[in-house]
Amino acid sequence: MSQIIISKQHQTAIEEAFLQQADLFQKTSHSTSPYVQKVRREAFANLEKLGLPGNKNEEYKYTRITRALNKHFAPENIKPAYAENAIGISQLILSGIEANILVFVNGKFSQQHSNMVSPPQEIIISTLSEAFESHTNLIERYYGKYADSKTDAFTALNTAVAEDGIFIYVPQGKVVSAPVLIYFITDTTEEKTVSQPRNLYIIEENSQVDLVESFHTVGEQEGYHNIVSEIVVNKQAVVNYHKIEIEGKDTYHTGNTHVVQTAESLFNAVTVSVSGGMIRNNLNLVIDAENCESHMYGLYMLDQETLVDNHTMVDHRKANSFSNELYKGIMDDKSKGVFNGKVYVRPDAQKTNAFQSNKNILLTDDASIDTKPQLEIWADDVKCSHGATTGQIDAEQLFYLQTRGLDKRQATALLLKAFASDVLQNIRIQPLREVLEKIISQRLQKDL
Amino acid sequence: MLTIENLHAKVESKDILKGINLNVKPGEVHAIMGPNGSGKSTLASVLAGREDFEVTEGSVEYLGNDLLDMNPAERAREGIFLAFQYPVEIPGVSTTNFLKTALNQIRKHQGLDPLDAVSFLKQMKEKMQLVEIDQSLLSRALNEGFSGGEKKRNEIFQMAMLEPKLAILDETDSGLDIDALRIVANGVNKLRTSENATIVVTHYQRLLDYIVPDYVHVLYDGRIVKSGTKELALELEEKGYDWIKETANAATI
Ligand SMILES: Nc1ncnc2c1ncn2[C@@H]1O[C@H](COP(=O)(O)OP(=O)(O)O)[C@@H](O)[C@H]1O
Ligand SMILES: [Mg+2]
Repeated sequence: MSQIIISKQHQTAIEEAFLQQADLFQKTSHSTSPYVQKVRREAFANLEKLGLPGNKNEEYKYTRITRALNKHFAPENIKPAYAENAIGISQLILSGIEANILVFVNGKFSQQHSNMVSPPQEIIISTLSEAFESHTNLIERYYGKYADSKTDAFTALNTAVAEDGIFIYVPQGKVVSAPVLIYFITDTTEEKTVSQPRNLYIIEENSQVDLVESFHTVGEQEGYHNIVSEIVVNKQAVVNYHKIEIEGKDTYHTGNTHVVQTAESLFNAVTVSVSGGMIRNNLNLVIDAENCESHMYGLYMLDQETLVDNHTMVDHRKANSFSNELYKGIMDDKSKGVFNGKVYVRPDAQKTNAFQSNKNILLTDDASIDTKPQLEIWADDVKCSHGATTGQIDAEQLFYLQTRGLDKRQATALLLKAFASDVLQNIRIQPLREVLEKIISQRLQKDL
Repeated sequence: MLTIENLHAKVESKDILKGINLNVKPGEVHAIMGPNGSGKSTLASVLAGREDFEVTEGSVEYLGNDLLDMNPAERAREGIFLAFQYPVEIPGVSTTNFLKTALNQIRKHQGLDPLDAVSFLKQMKEKMQLVEIDQSLLSRALNEGFSGGEKKRNEIFQMAMLEPKLAILDETDSGLDIDALRIVANGVNKLRTSENATIVVTHYQRLLDYIVPDYVHVLYDGRIVKSGTKELALELEEKGYDWIKETANAATI
């Protein structure tokens, strides 16, 4: 007998449901621009070709997201569920800060919870659906150009069906003083929900902005976010991008952030995952010009049965750029961390400096981490390094602090906080950093 | 206050302490001398509660309690302080970072209210002067990039802050130049009272010119092979450790 051929008959129910949703969407949404329709059609074709990643898929081998979605979501769950009046949203939102607040609940923009403070000369913020109508030039120039639907099924899925999200345009030479905080809230109080927001951030030459995408859950049922963000960092621009995940234990998340940097720009990313069911973050960074600088920091601080999988990719295409990556994980209980860091240094990218480090602490025997650096270097005059460590709390350090009168829990908490601070100190929005430090401190006090 | 009887300890199936007897009373200073590898640091670690060392025989009574029954934090709260021979580096944690928690844990144990920020800073200032240590050192990651002398001075500073009843100084003099040695010794002397006791581990007599001991013990191959007053230290300095080794080896044969 020959091997089983994966054909339409062997699709998972969830994949079939998503394809049907996408198909229906193609046929009914004629109002948007022909360009956007074309992008969607291509993505749909890619999705049909790719299918959702199965058990054999190398890129998703530790994160069986398709299986989990198939198990927890029925076809009727995947249509958008509107819950404008979700209770408990306001307490999720950072207070005491002058910021542009944008709130999505189950993928739908909530005017009621949102508030813009920056003047429109400094930054244009609108929903993506509005931008499809009002900023056709920018949309045609940038939308769907970086998020790769050909290789990642979740990007293809999002591109095929996404209707809304945030559109940001920072014109040339503007330093946006108030950060942009975008909240994506899953409200599962009434029913299971699936949301697929889509964002496009364009930062023009010599401009600067702080962006935060923050994910939260209201309700106890299963929720799923499949999000895609494209970030265009133009010449000499500075972008500080943060992704914060504080989700419920029955939520699923696939996120793709695609960044393209042009000359002399600076991009900083900080990804902090505190809770959730299964989270997959893809952070793809294309450095397509010289003299760029990029920093990617990550902290995953997990307990219970949370799984967080960070896949990062840095593609050095041109010479003289610098990238640095530091991901740190603390795994408690039965939680699981995955880190995969790809670094490509293309033949033209001479004098590249690319560094990568992944450090993990396992607090129990049941916690685990799979870490894999993947460096592919075609240029010869480069400085690249990578390192991964996994261990327990350092016994000598613990003993030292105990001899000073700290009990084991206090000493452990102090050491873990210090471990995490390497990442958290890179969050320059102080109230955000403080909130995260507080959540992490509480976690440390509670669990150990 | 401290009574050690027939203490045996091993690490990884290697016997290191082979029957230590020692009696320390409040107000006393005991010096423990001996060649490298004889078990001085092991004794200090066992007293502080390091778990790598397994006590196989004997007992240690401290202030009427079974010391070996307490974890390291309980011992610290009961007033035991170890100045480490090799203080560990702790990235991301500064002395000021942990010292307030440490001090307040000890105070809590003694039934005292926690120190507020102002009183804590005041006490810091006072003790910083005592051991002539700079504020900047205390805000840096513990021992990271510290010189040998800075590490030792930081240990004594912590001792000054925590005001232990029984301080064990493990080779605090090694790596110190004469000025630093004088500062450290001066700090220790100023903290001496009739209530607290100090065990000074060293293998040079030099420190004992500044911290004058009531008793001197020579530790060799896991046993105290000779005890005396401070003259013993001078004699050791003169005759060298070979003299001890010979007498000790002769005795065991
Ligand atoms: N963690 C350890 N593992 C194995 N052997 C050790 C350990 N610590 C100390 N030792 C051994 O115990 C003996 C005594 O060491 P130590 O107490 O440090 O001596 P001293 O402080 O007198 O120089 C030495 O032979 C040393 O190698
Ligand atoms: Mg020693």
